Amino acid sequence: MDWFPLYNSLRIAAISTVIVFFLGIAGAYYVARTPRLVKGLLDVVLTLPLVLPPTVVGYLLLLLLGPRRPLGSWFIERFGLRLTMQWWSAVFATTVVAFPLMYRTARGAFESFDETLAQAGRTLGLGNAYIFWRIRMPVCRQGILAGVVLTFARALGEYGATAMVAGYTPGRTATISTTVYQLWRTNEDALAFRWVAVNLAISAGVLLALNLLERKAVKPWH
Amino acid sequence: MALTARIQKRYGNFLLDVDFSAGSGESLALLGASGCGKSVSLRCLAGIDRPDWGHIELDGQVLYDGQRHINLPPQQRRVGYLFQQYALFPHMTVEENIAVCLRQLPRSQRRQRAAELISQLRLEGTERLRPHQLSGGQQQRAALARILASDPAAILLDEPLAALDSCLKRQLEEELRDVLDAFGGPVIWVSHDRGEVYRSCRRVCVLDSGKSSPVTGFEELLTAPGTVSAARISGCEVFVPILPGPEAGTISIPSWNLVLPAPWREGASMLGVRPECVKPSADGFPCQIVRITEDISSVRLSLHPLGAARTAPLLQMELSKSEWTTLPNQKTIHVSIPAESLLLLRE
Repeated sequence: MDWFPLYNSLRIAAISTVIVFFLGIAGAYYVARTPRLVKGLLDVVLTLPLVLPPTVVGYLLLLLLGPRRPLGSWFIERFGLRLTMQWWSAVFATTVVAFPLMYRTARGAFESFDETLAQAGRTLGLGNAYIFWRIRMPVCRQGILAGVVLTFARALGEYGATAMVAGYTPGRTATISTTVYQLWRTNEDALAFRWVAVNLAISAGVLLALNLLERKAVKPWH
Repeated sequence: MALTARIQKRYGNFLLDVDFSAGSGESLALLGASGCGKSVSLRCLAGIDRPDWGHIELDGQVLYDGQRHINLPPQQRRVGYLFQQYALFPHMTVEENIAVCLRQLPRSQRRQRAAELISQLRLEGTERLRPHQLSGGQQQRAALARILASDPAAILLDEPLAALDSCLKRQLEEELRDVLDAFGGPVIWVSHDRGEVYRSCRRVCVLDSGKSSPVTGFEELLTAPGTVSAARISGCEVFVPILPGPEAGTISIPSWNLVLPAPWREGASMLGVRPECVKPSADGFPCQIVRITEDISSVRLSLHPLGAARTAPLLQMELSKSEWTTLPNQKTIHVSIPAESLLLLRE
């Protein structure tokens, strides 16, 4: 059994989780403090990938990144770099699809954060960066960790947009999900079943980790 | 004056308009009912909220000036703020809560200074505890230690005793006073409890729906509050409309059908009477006793002056238990109010 799809899936999920961590937290932090009208609008836009079919997300990404599309053609001209059909092209897809999960859980955590803690920090002379990373983030860590785990799980399981943007090239862009589809299509049931089992094991492990985290990190100060 | 503030800020329909100052080593009481703008005043002083207009100065340094577009961030104001719920960082121990505010000190001195503050505020043994493991009093002391660690030039207290059980209050109030005496800078003490600030502050600024009255001495607030709102916050409960009396040196109270001797004050329209100033007196005016409420150490009588209009406000009288037991059991009582206890007030 060639383990490349597992390795590829894990690295794609890991990279997009790191990206989504920062993007989601930044999005959550800034949306939480915009005026109400803008907030409603931004919230819709940022949550949309959660409810759109992944194929629609893939289509929209191809409109932007495809070799004959604005960003895609510019990259080819400038750097000779094709943005689609690479193993890392899947990162675009998983990042967009998983972003709302991080964004929404982080926003929920930030919204329940007691703002007087930040205000107290400022009157005590603590810098804004210190307050954000050493007070706001640790106090909200339960929600943020939950967001990270969900993001990773979603990125790992992404199929639709990934298939459209990165395609299926064995040994190059194949992920677990695209491999399962390919194996099913070519009637290789036994192998398909093995990958299904691998996927089930990883997903169950991730969810178990999430539950453990929740139990352990239930704010120990409450 | 060490801390002076003259600020205005609009919040929707609410206009905050305050003007007060506190000297070095002085505790100034900011007294008012809830929702009168006490906390927002503190937030403006600390730099959490930005006033629309005005000037705030601390020890000669301008913290805010609307015209000159100066608005220092909270970090540069050196204004310590004791929040109502203390706002201790829940994920840090007591020691860490204090130590994070010592970051301006060289590393070698931090531990020593933290230890000093912990012993000054009697927090020994709680160093490794999280805020939720502390009692209310310990939480307050930890919050004070943290404020002192940040080396403030002024301290703001937002209802410092409101979150505590009443049995703890007195003791903590005294401890708080000791800490503030040792501090030496200006202190603004926000409260709705006149007794609490009377014991701790000599001067007071009354706030009524966002507007501050001129700062006065506490005795003056009690003997001559001037306005109905100041009288109410200072503990006066009964207010009736008054007119100048038929003769000089008297006032007329139409709804009680009474004329009492008291010098008229220009602009006055209401009379305020403190329950404890009403005394039984054979040559006083007769009242019907409507209600008797026994308290722990006193007795409260609600009185209807004979001849008063049916809808007139009741006069309240407060007697000590011993005074009460010497009175005969009766339906009516003659009472008098000393002229100097009649508060002639503007609306």
